[in-house]
Parts: sequence; C-alpha cells; structure tokens
Amino acid sequence: MTYQRRRSLTNHLLIAPALILSVVVVVIPGILTAFTAFTDWSGVGLPSHIIGLQNFKYMLADPVFVTALSNNLRWVVIFLTLPAIIGLLTAWLLLHRQRTRSFYQVIYLMPYVLAPIVNAMVWLNVIYNPNGGVVGALNQAGIHVAAPLSSLGGAIYAAAAVDMWHYWGFLTVVYLGAMRQTPIDQVEAAALDGANGWQIFRHVYVPSIKPTLMLMGVMTVIFSFLAFDYVYLLTQGGPAHSSEVLGTYAYAFAFSAFEFGKASAVAVVMSFFGLLASCVYTWMSRRQVAS
Amino acid sequence: MKNFKQIGAHSVLALFAATALFPLLLVLINSFKTNAQITGDPFALPSSLNFENFSTAWHYGHFTRGFVNSAILAGTTVVVVLLCSSLAGYVLAGEKIRAWPVVMVYLTMAMTVPVQLFIFPLYAGAAATGLLDNPAVVGVILAAINMPFATFLMRTFFLNVPKELEEAAMVDGVTTVQLIHRILLPIVRPGLITVGVIVGLNAWNEFLISSTFLQDPSRKTLTLGFLSMNGTFSTELGTMMAGALILIIPVLAVFVALQRHVVDGMASGAVKG
Repeated sequence: MTYQRRRSLTNHLLIAPALILSVVVVVIPGILTAFTAFTDWSGVGLPSHIIGLQNFKYMLADPVFVTALSNNLRWVVIFLTLPAIIGLLTAWLLLHRQRTRSFYQVIYLMPYVLAPIVNAMVWLNVIYNPNGGVVGALNQAGIHVAAPLSSLGGAIYAAAAVDMWHYWGFLTVVYLGAMRQTPIDQVEAAALDGANGWQIFRHVYVPSIKPTLMLMGVMTVIFSFLAFDYVYLLTQGGPAHSSEVLGTYAYAFAFSAFEFGKASAVAVVMSFFGLLASCVYTWMSRRQVAS
Repeated sequence: MKNFKQIGAHSVLALFAATALFPLLLVLINSFKTNAQITGDPFALPSSLNFENFSTAWHYGHFTRGFVNSAILAGTTVVVVLLCSSLAGYVLAGEKIRAWPVVMVYLTMAMTVPVQLFIFPLYAGAAATGLLDNPAVVGVILAAINMPFATFLMRTFFLNVPKELEEAAMVDGVTTVQLIHRILLPIVRPGLITVGVIVGLNAWNEFLISSTFLQDPSRKTLTLGFLSMNGTFSTELGTMMAGALILIIPVLAVFVALQRHVVDGMASGAVKG
C-alpha cells in the first residue's frame, strides 16, 4: 500500500465511528418508520401486514389530528415572534454593555440549561397551581384567574409560555454573538452620517445578522413541529385533546395504544414539515459557508 | 437624555432577568416551607430554615440512585460524542476525504431529524434485544443525536489550527495517531470542554428518550425520579420544591463555573433548543 492510500484509509477510519453511530441510531430506524407507516405494526415482532394508506386516511379523518396540526402551527407563529423580539431587544441592549453583558447572559440562560422536567414541574406546582401557586394566590387576592392548564382554549398557550420562558435567553445569546461580528467601521460610518440608534439597528445590524436570523427562524419552524416535552409534561395533550401537538399525538399511538403503524404515519407527517424546513436550512447554510 | 436612556435600558434588562429568575426564586423560598405555609402565601419568606423537605424529597425521589444513573447516561454520551466528533471534525476541517461536502450535508440533515422519526423502531429493536432499561444504551442514542452539532463545532476548532503545524509534523514522520494525540488535541482542548459541557447538559436533562427507554424504577435518571414524585407529592408542595432545588443547584453550579464555554458554544448558533 502506498503512503497516500494508507493516509486516505486512516482518514476514512477516523470519520467512520461518527457515521456508523448516526446510521445505526438514526438512518436505519428512520427508514423503518417510513416503511411501518404503511403497516398495522403493534411494535412487537416484525411488521408484516401492509395496509397501504389506511393509517394516513385514519389520521386525516381524526379531529384530534387537525387540532394537533393547528396547535403546531400556533406554536410556529408564537415562537417566530415573541422570543425572537425579546431576544433581539435584549441582545441589542447588551451590545453596548461590556461590564454587565456576561452577568445578564448567564441569568437569561439559566432556564435554558435546566431540565424540561424541572421547569415543567416548577411551573405546574408553583405558578399554574390553583392551590398554592401564583394562580391560587391571585384568586385568594380576589383577582379571578382560571387554572391555565385545565382550560380548553388556554392549555396550549400555558404550555407554550413555559417553553418560551425556557427558550428566549438562548436567542439573546445567539443574536448577541452575531451582532458582535458586525464590522465596527460600518457602524461608525452610519453614526458619522448621523444615523440614530434605531436606524443603525435597522440598517446596519439587522442586515449584518440576517443569516443568523434566517437560520434561527428555520430552526424554530423545525422544532415547532417537533414540540413535545412541555406539552406532554404539563397537559399530556389535554384537557379533551385540546392541547395535543403532533409529537404527543404520535407518542400516544405508540406507547398508550401500541399502534406503532399509526404512530409512524404521524411521525412521517411531522418529518415532512421538518424535512421541508430542513432542506431550506441545509441550502441556506451551504450558501452561507460558500459565501 | 443620555442618562434617561441608560436607566431605561437597564430597567428593561433587569425586567427580563427578573422574569427568568422569578419561578426559580419561588422554588428557593418555598422549599423551606410546609404545604400549609405555601398555600397560605407562596410569596412569603420562610420563617425558619427547615431541611426536612429536602430529606423527604431525596428519599422518595430516589435521588442517590438517580444521580448514579444520570451520571452513567450523561458520561456515556459525553465520551462517545467527544470521540466521534473530534475525529470526524478533524477529517472534515482538513477536507481529508473526497466526500467531505456530502458528509457535511448529511450531518446538517441529521441535526434536524425529529426524534419521533426513529424512536419507534429503535424502541422495538431495543426491546427485542434486551437493551431497554439501560442508561448506557440511552447514553449512546443521545450521543448519536448530539453528534452532528458537536462535529460542526469541533470542525470550527480544527479550522483554527495552522496548517503549517500539521505539515511540519508530517515531514518529521509522525503518524496520524501521534499527530492527533500529541499536537491537535492539546490545541482544541477548549473545544472539547465546550462540546462536553453542552452535550453533557443535554443528556443530563433529556426527557423523551430517557423516559421511554428507562421504565424500570431502579434504572430511572435523576430527573425521572423527581418526575415520579409529582403524583404522590402534588399536595406536598414544599417537598416538590425541595426536590426541584436539589436538581437545580448542581446544574446551575456547573453552568456558572463553565459559562464562558457554554455561551461561546451557543453563540456559534448551532445548538438544538
């Protein structure tokens, strides 16, 4: 074997563990899911009985599926606006504060680094709880507030609020990181031209961090279709399926009803939306690397 | 005018800091109170420092066992991710294989694949082969999920290693293994710490896969043990808050100690939410 060939073999061996790990855990089961979506697999033994599009037909006729999908769309709209605005505002304010910048970033990230289980249990017991939580205290003080997690219309927003409380600090850090990459001479040139703070933000910083804004936007869309933890922990999709999202809907098929075929069909639909956004993401980040 | 603006900016920043901290402060003050004291007024400071809630939570949440299981799980994830991502990051940064752009696209796609797309067959496969209720197995699965992002991060660290350094070593006849071990790893050590702490926190905190694959109470992680208290202790808020505080303190301690690394890693913008 020549030196060149040996080097090339070594390099392939070095990248192999990462790829094998990913193929075994993600790709092969992923392909199986795409297949079992067309079967009535119960999760035990091998899926054998192909039933065509029945799982998808069942899903489209199920009102819970429609609720779940519309809740995911609500999730997209909420997460594309509120956390993004708060993240941009706080990042902008922190940009000019050298001394307090790390202090605030650490505090903003605290909910983000804590486990969803812990965050959900804290809100469940001491904020939303009508007996002993903040909601209970408000009611005792004569301000009537319905228990958010058992409200038909409000449960999904109550779950989204906790997820947002945990998430927005991450955007602050990402946006601030991007804003700090903005060439300082552009900012100074704009200031010399007499631009005010808002104009500098709008016409210098926003265009400069646009790739980050776009990538975070696409990531938000993807993860909004995958939302699971906070909904499952806080409401389990209830009351009366009103806060169901596709993630909890699929999970219940698999692990409550043992209908892995139907669960796979929902997973395929979720992945379709994710894949769509993921293609956009891949294309954009390729372009970003290229430029 | 300038001062006025300064005060405005600081109050906005402080307001958001208060929003982030408010629920955590409620946990802190209520973990020392009895249930009656909490339902009476959740905002009141504790009248005495009563640690009974903490021992009750520790006992019924099986926290000793949970710490061990969580450490096995997160430890496995960190070791596997660091190994795979540093090797792959090195190859990708140097564009050392012809297919490197394909691998980059693959990893970008893999980073955004939903857990639900592969968890059902993976669960069935693990059940058929007796791999359920094993924190190390969950650790490996979480490693596969965290690997793409970690590889990208490691790649950017390897990109900062001067090419001349590697070439000089090659001329001296150093093998690839020696090159990585003696020259590259010491340089990218900050990258390994960043990846290790972010991936470690992710694994320590993970819910969906851990709760599905670890059903046996003796195999539950720390957070799952705490979650199982919720049914029994939903009328013992003090105990729930003490349990939450026990879980919050170590994570925040690690985060604050290594905050530079976490913030830098996140600012690179590729971390999953």
